[in-house]
Amino acid sequence: MTIRAEHEIHQRRKGRNVGVGLMLAGFVVLILALTFVKITGGDFELPQIEEGQ
Amino acid sequence: MTDISYQAQSYDNEASLGDYFALLKPRVMSLVVFTALVGLLAAPVSVHPVIAFASILFVAIGAGASGALNMWWDADIDAVMKRTAKRPIPAGKVTPDEAKVLGVALSGMSVMMLALSANLLAAGLLAFTIFFYAVVYSMWLKRLTPQNIVIGGAAGAFPPVIGWVVATGSMSVEAWLMFALIFMWTPPHFWALALFMKSDYEDAGVPMLTVTHGRKATRMHILVYTVLLVGLAVGTAFTAIGGPVYLTVAIVLNALFLKGAFDIWRRDEAAAEADGYRVEKAFFKLSLLYLFLHFVAILVEAMLPVSWGIWA
Repeated sequence: MTIRAEHEIHQRRKGRNVGVGLMLAGFVVLILALTFVKITGGDFELPQIEEGQ
Repeated sequence: MTDISYQAQSYDNEASLGDYFALLKPRVMSLVVFTALVGLLAAPVSVHPVIAFASILFVAIGAGASGALNMWWDADIDAVMKRTAKRPIPAGKVTPDEAKVLGVALSGMSVMMLALSANLLAAGLLAFTIFFYAVVYSMWLKRLTPQNIVIGGAAGAFPPVIGWVVATGSMSVEAWLMFALIFMWTPPHFWALALFMKSDYEDAGVPMLTVTHGRKATRMHILVYTVLLVGLAVGTAFTAIGGPVYLTVAIVLNALFLKGAFDIWRRDEAAAEADGYRVEKAFFKLSLLYLFLHFVAILVEAMLPVSWGIWA
């Protein structure tokens, strides 16, 4: 028999972890969108590599 | 022999995600988001919606970070004041160290990300705003001088300037007019609060004007600052961010605000005690609406496709 002690604190910690996870996922999506907008914008240029380097 | 003992431990005070969010002062953040957004939209340069959203988010996170640092530093006086006793640190939900670490981490993250999403000047202004609120106001001025909120009010006045700089990459008179509007509004707003919060600041040893110079002098200060604010707020109507809509809103709101300040100045403590600080509380509520509607009017003027007469 397994011991299953489901305390209210487990729910609260789960809520905290899910919240942090969602925020991190949102941050990743935001960085992706920002990167896309920046590199498709008119003033974006790749750095030039000089000959001989 | 094996000794199995059970220690009952209370988890009632373990923080939820909401407690960490409360450290960021969400109500102040909402004002920051709104004024920064107005600054951004009132600027004569359009910004890609993704860049605008990200930049305003990082400004909000930076403001929240300075709120967490303020709660870490002021945990001792927050515990004494009725208005702040339920904040996460005095309530025992979050430790002061956690608040400090969260504040420092979010400060660094928000400034770096704003530099990447917008520009270095906007990021520099955000860094200065965080420094000003957390160090100059919270650590230095708040417990030192009754002019604490006059000078500290500058921290709350920077967001529209940052919004403007996100869009344009530079500062201009219009951005500083929005700054001045919030800067001049802050003292009468907080002094009205100090009048009806009675002994809160005195108990905490914070040298608010009501404590150091008395309530009569505070009433006089509210009137003087309101008169100066009225001139500035109405005068802004005749600049590039103003217009007929703004002028109409400003005339109505400033007439009401001036009347409120005059009523506060005219009466004494006995009259205020008798009616439970009705006039002071009404003035405080009006002050919230006052600032909100002025910025709504600036936003409306920016959104209107046409200009009239002297504003053309």
